[in-house]
Amino acid sequence: MMSDDDSSRGPTSGTDRLIEILAKDAGAWHRFGTVLLKAVVIGVFAAAVVFIVLMNPRPDLEQVIQTARVLFKFIVTVPLAVAMIGLLDRIGRPAAPLGPWPWLLGGVGAILVVGVGVELAMVPSSEWAASLIGTYARYCLMFIPLIAIGPLVCFIVALRQGMPTNPGLAGAAAGVASGAIAAIFYATHCPDDSPLFVATWYTLATCIVAICGYFAGRRFL
Amino acid sequence: MTHPREQQWSVWMAAALKGDEVAYRHFLEAVTPHLRMLARRRMAAYGDDNQDHEDVVQEALLAVHLKRGTWDPRRPIGPWLSVILRNKIIDALRRRGHRVTVPIDDVIEVIADERSGTPTDGQDISRMMETLKPVQQDIVRSISLEGFSVRDTAVRLCMTENAVRVALHRALRSLAAIYRGGTR
Repeated sequence: MMSDDDSSRGPTSGTDRLIEILAKDAGAWHRFGTVLLKAVVIGVFAAAVVFIVLMNPRPDLEQVIQTARVLFKFIVTVPLAVAMIGLLDRIGRPAAPLGPWPWLLGGVGAILVVGVGVELAMVPSSEWAASLIGTYARYCLMFIPLIAIGPLVCFIVALRQGMPTNPGLAGAAAGVASGAIAAIFYATHCPDDSPLFVATWYTLATCIVAICGYFAGRRFL
Repeated sequence: MTHPREQQWSVWMAAALKGDEVAYRHFLEAVTPHLRMLARRRMAAYGDDNQDHEDVVQEALLAVHLKRGTWDPRRPIGPWLSVILRNKIIDALRRRGHRVTVPIDDVIEVIADERSGTPTDGQDISRMMETLKPVQQDIVRSISLEGFSVRDTAVRLCMTENAVRVALHRALRSLAAIYRGGTR
C-alpha cells in the first residue's frame, strides 16, 4: 500500500494561509484550450492584416489552385499548421501525451518528400537548379517571417497561460506553427510553384521563425 | 490504473473548476502533504536544508492554482501535479546555482515510509505581501487573515465581486512572480 504520510500536515501557517486564499479564488480561471484557440484566431487575423498590407494574392490564384504544384503548397502548409497548433496544446499542458500530432507531422514530412521526388522525376535535371532557386527566394525569406510575427506573439502569450516544461522548445514549436500559418498566406502570393522551391525556401523561412520562437520562449516562457 | 486517492483528487478538482470552493479547499489540503513529501525527498537528495521545500510546496500550489486550466479532466491528475512540482523543484535548485535535471520517475514514485519533520515556513507570506499593491494587500489580508469570503470582502472594500476576484488573481500572480524572481 503506497500512501503519503499525512502526519506531515503540521502547523504551516504560511501554506495554510495560501490554501485559504487559493480556495476562495476557485471561480476565475481560463481553460488552456480556449486560450490557445483565441491565440489562433487573433494570430491568423494579424497574419492576414500584415499580408494584405504588404502584398496581394496572385491574380491568377483561382485558376492555378487547381494545378498540382500550387495545390501541393497548401497540402504541405495547412496540415503543418494544424499539427503544430495541436502540438502546442499538448506542449503547454504538464504531463499531457502528445497524441496523434507527431504522426500528422510525419505525414507532412512524407508528403514533402514525395512531392520533391515527383518533381525531380518529372523535371529534367538541367532545370533543377532553376526551379530550386526560383525567382523570389529572397522575398520568401523576408515575408514569411514578417507575416509570422503576429501569430508568434499570440502563441507565446497563450503559452504563458500554460506551463511548458521546456520553454525553448515550446517557443520553437510556436515559431514553426506561426511560420506554417504565414506560409499558407505567402503561398497565395508566391509565383514559385516548384516543390523544390517550397521544400527549400519555405522550410528555411520557417526555421528562421522557429529560431526567433526559441529565443522568445527562453525569454518569456 | 489510477490510485483511488488520485481519483478523489480529480473529482474535487473537477468540481473546483466549476466554482466549488469547498471541493477546491479539500483538493488543496489533500495534495499539499503529498507535494510536501515529494519535495522534501527530492530536495534532500540534492543536499538542500529543510527550510527550502516548504517554499517549493507553496510555489507549486500557486502554479497548480494559476495553471489549473491546463489540466484536462479526462486525464489523471497525479502526473499533472508531479510535473508541476518537478518544474518548481528545478526552478528552486537552479536559483541556488545547481545545474540539475530531476528525472520525472523520481517525482512520481512514492515512498510509503517517508517520515516527516515539522515543516517550516521558508518564506513568510506576510513579508511577501508587503510587495503587493495596497488594494491587493487589503484583499489578501481580508480573505486569508480575517477569513472573509470574496463576496464579503467586496462589500467591505466597496468593490464589485468580480473586481475583487481580478485583483486577487493579480495578487497571486505577483506572488508567483516573486517566487520566480527568488527574492530571498
